Amino acid sequence: MPETPSFQEIILRLHRFWSGQGCLILQPYDMEVGAGTFHPATTLRALGPKPWAAAYVQPSRRPADGRYGENPNRLQHYYQYQVIMKPSPRDAQDLLLASYRDLGLDPMKHDFRFVEDDWESPTLGAWGLGWEVWCDGMEVGQFTYFQQVGGIPCEVPSFEMTYGLERLAMFIQDVDDVYELDFNGRGVRYGDVFRRAEVEYSHHNFTAADTAMLFQHFADAERECNALLDHQPPLALPAYDQCIKASHRFNLLDARGAISVAERQAYIGRVRALAKRCCEAWVAGETA
Amino acid sequence: MPELLLELFSEEIPARMQARGAEDLAKAVAAALAARGLPLTDHRAFFGPRRLSIVGRVPPSSAEEQWEERGPRQGVPAEVLLAFIRGKVAPKFGWNNAEEHGAAVNALLSGQAYLRGGDEPVVRDLRLAWKQSGKAPALIASALVPGDGADRIIAEVLPRVVRALSWPKSMRWNGPFAWVRPLHRILCTLDGEVVPFAIEDLPGMASANLTEGHRIMAPGAFAVRGFADYAAGLRDRKVILDAAERQSLIEDGLARLAAAEGLSVVPDRGLLEEVAGLVEWPVPLLGRIDDAFMDLPPEVMRTTMRVNQRYFALVAADGRAAPRFGVVANIEATDGGATLVAGNERVLRARLSDARFFWDQDRKQALEDFLPKLDQVVFHAKLGTQGQRVARLERLARFLAPLVGADANLAARAARLAKADLASGMVGEFPELQGVMGRYYALHGGEDPRVAEAIGTQYRPLGPGDAVPSEPVAIAVALADKIDTLTGFFAADERPTGSGDPFALRRAALGVIRIIRENGLRLRLADIFAEAFFGYPQAVGVSPEPEFGMAVAQEKLNAGWKPAKDSAHPPMVAAFAAGLVDFLAERLRVQLRTEGARHDVVAAAFTGGEDDLVRLLARADALKGLVESETGKNLLAAYKRAANILRIEEKKDGPHSGPVDAALLTAPEERALAAALDAAEPAFRTALGAEDYTSAMSALAALREAVDAFFDRVTVNDPDAQLRRNRLRLLNRLRTAMDAVADFARIEG
Repeated sequence: MPETPSFQEIILRLHRFWSGQGCLILQPYDMEVGAGTFHPATTLRALGPKPWAAAYVQPSRRPADGRYGENPNRLQHYYQYQVIMKPSPRDAQDLLLASYRDLGLDPMKHDFRFVEDDWESPTLGAWGLGWEVWCDGMEVGQFTYFQQVGGIPCEVPSFEMTYGLERLAMFIQDVDDVYELDFNGRGVRYGDVFRRAEVEYSHHNFTAADTAMLFQHFADAERECNALLDHQPPLALPAYDQCIKASHRFNLLDARGAISVAERQAYIGRVRALAKRCCEAWVAGETA
Repeated sequence: MPELLLELFSEEIPARMQARGAEDLAKAVAAALAARGLPLTDHRAFFGPRRLSIVGRVPPSSAEEQWEERGPRQGVPAEVLLAFIRGKVAPKFGWNNAEEHGAAVNALLSGQAYLRGGDEPVVRDLRLAWKQSGKAPALIASALVPGDGADRIIAEVLPRVVRALSWPKSMRWNGPFAWVRPLHRILCTLDGEVVPFAIEDLPGMASANLTEGHRIMAPGAFAVRGFADYAAGLRDRKVILDAAERQSLIEDGLARLAAAEGLSVVPDRGLLEEVAGLVEWPVPLLGRIDDAFMDLPPEVMRTTMRVNQRYFALVAADGRAAPRFGVVANIEATDGGATLVAGNERVLRARLSDARFFWDQDRKQALEDFLPKLDQVVFHAKLGTQGQRVARLERLARFLAPLVGADANLAARAARLAKADLASGMVGEFPELQGVMGRYYALHGGEDPRVAEAIGTQYRPLGPGDAVPSEPVAIAVALADKIDTLTGFFAADERPTGSGDPFALRRAALGVIRIIRENGLRLRLADIFAEAFFGYPQAVGVSPEPEFGMAVAQEKLNAGWKPAKDSAHPPMVAAFAAGLVDFLAERLRVQLRTEGARHDVVAAAFTGGEDDLVRLLARADALKGLVESETGKNLLAAYKRAANILRIEEKKDGPHSGPVDAALLTAPEERALAAALDAAEPAFRTALGAEDYTSAMSALAALREAVDAFFDRVTVNDPDAQLRRNRLRLLNRLRTAMDAVADFARIEG
């Protein structure tokens, strides 16, 4: 393996590594989400008694982080590499360090640390304890033992690891500008693939998106989510899709500045209420 | 005595929780063992990122004990005796032989005692016998209970202690057992031998003699025999057990590296403690800061490095920031640290680029242009927005300026700009730079340097060691900040309680006190609080928001407090201000006591609702001088005697406050006392008027001889009613004169 992996090589190595640890290699969820945690393979599978282990890349959208392709560190669309294992393996920390070694970060030359970090997602009604993983003072991952999702205590706590792929790649490739990342080892840069998208989506997120339509979509998604949960039997997975939709519409409205500070908490609470119902329906189906 | 060693080995414990965790563990272990008669002595506790450890000595076993239990009276049926034996005696000793129980009952029914020999492993000399007690004999069961072996007691109590150890936040990872992070191993030995126990709801966890060294440099478990072997074994495997040693390795190592370049490390105890909690094998290294960032304010660089990266700042001999930073690695890197230093330098470059971005962005607009944003920021739900706060501060600073010798326009300007940096990008990122950034941005915008300094020092003093603003404009703004805060939160009934002070009002009050004391400011605080009060539209009822509760004022009025006749404020407002002055006076009293002042003298000086702290302190000082002198002690005794007599007599016939009739003064001693009072009173009034409390005390002291002679020779309660009344009035004159200086009744001795 070459000493300095390209962006796609990093993904391939992580796939190989976590596959070797017994994880299912899944594909990204086909919806707009803010983080890999929203993938039902994490949110829903973290609940209930059944063992589960999966790894996948999840494109993540944070509309408010758009910088029109001009900021070397901030993107409104980026990739997270997500690992979830339930029950959590006893040697989770060692596995993690081994995965970094596979990416070319020798722990005898680099300084790895586990720095306190409590994770919380108010929209998912979820929290866990763990660490930021630091390499030479750089945060290269987030490690969490899930304690609660959708307001429901995790019956079997899972281990969740999130790698911010662009940031990790910048560190490994020693590049200061995300758009200069070596994408494939054959001359294609990250900017060649994504800069235009960053510019256009920044316009969309901050100015062009139709807020009236977004408010309508939020309300529709909320209604549909509840309707699918009221259905007999409750349709947890399709309902959860609507919850994800509502969450992303909220993020867009927030980026558009269409939601006041006072209303913000109320919207987050509405999404959380949907997430909670979806999770309850999922657990009921798992344990029935 | 045998050595007990306990180690709880886990995944990384947050640095801020380690010391407390070790202390709690040591206390809990000691308490649990002591409760079982096994005192833990000479114990030490250790903590680090992955382990809490305790070592100490315990006796080989707990002491033996005489046990006794009282049973039923003689004459009860056999079943009752049997029930007592089976219920109260047998279970305690694992005595399960039913035949023997029956034999015991038979013996007792025939009036005999029952003795059981010493073959039972846990009980010796069990004796069941009738003993005379009151009218009828009662059954007494007694035994000599031998001590338990230390290993048995330890194995029994430690699982409970480990389970009960509480953390600020804990988590589950495998079953219902919760801890700060996953617990991997429990090492427990007594004189090197494993004390075996399990943790009930943590499957697979059993104590052993195993621990682990450094995660990267010496992975894997190893066995230890006792503490010396443990500490040495860890050191061989790149773990320094003692946090204090890790701290000094970091401190000394960084100092050496810095000195080699003619630099020194900016001392930072808190950071040192935190970093020592992040590493098991500290390797201090120096990194380089890109010259391109060296024009950033040193506070910005320092804060970025400290908060985001846990780096130490370095300075040159002239105190200027040096382009170096101290980083502490947790590894002896195979390349001497070149890779990891380069990595840390890159990370810092990115951080400082962010800081530079905020610094440049923020300076693109005038400080004043941030103000509109403050209208959107809530200061406190009941107290409105930061924008409203700015308007109040401006008004209050303008009011305070002439009282502290400041230019009113400059003070108002500084107050207007004081909170603007709260809306800046830099303070948004680093809240601890509030005020600091405002100062820089004000200077950048060409504000008067006094305005900039006032913005920079408005939050001072932040603690007992922090300097107090001394420039008049800065004083006005720093006082306005604290007085507005105290007034608002008190009006809204958000007062500190015994258990909490979420808005740091005690600190604000101490800040006001220190600014006044250290600058010798003459302020009528009651007036100032009333003025500040009118800055709150909610308080004066012209706001749509609910009116304040004002419990302070209500309590004051309920306690019978009356506003001064010439008070310029409505009674409710005057009472509110007086309540706030009380709060300040209480903080001052506490402060004076910690400075070693006598509590009774302080209390005596604090009489009468004084709101000028400087005057109050001068009086306390003079009073202390008086009561500690021989004359003062005598005078105090005389005062108490006079006050006692008056109290008793006034109960009978009301106050004796009329004028003394000179014609009725018959005894030479009472004439002398009246003359002494005649002479002392003007001197004393002049001195009080001039706030010359030392002279006032001398004038009082001059009364002593006359007073002593009066009490020696004159009978106050003369049979002649006229003479008696006149003498009581004379004593009242003495009491009134002394009360004007202080409440002598509160002084002890």
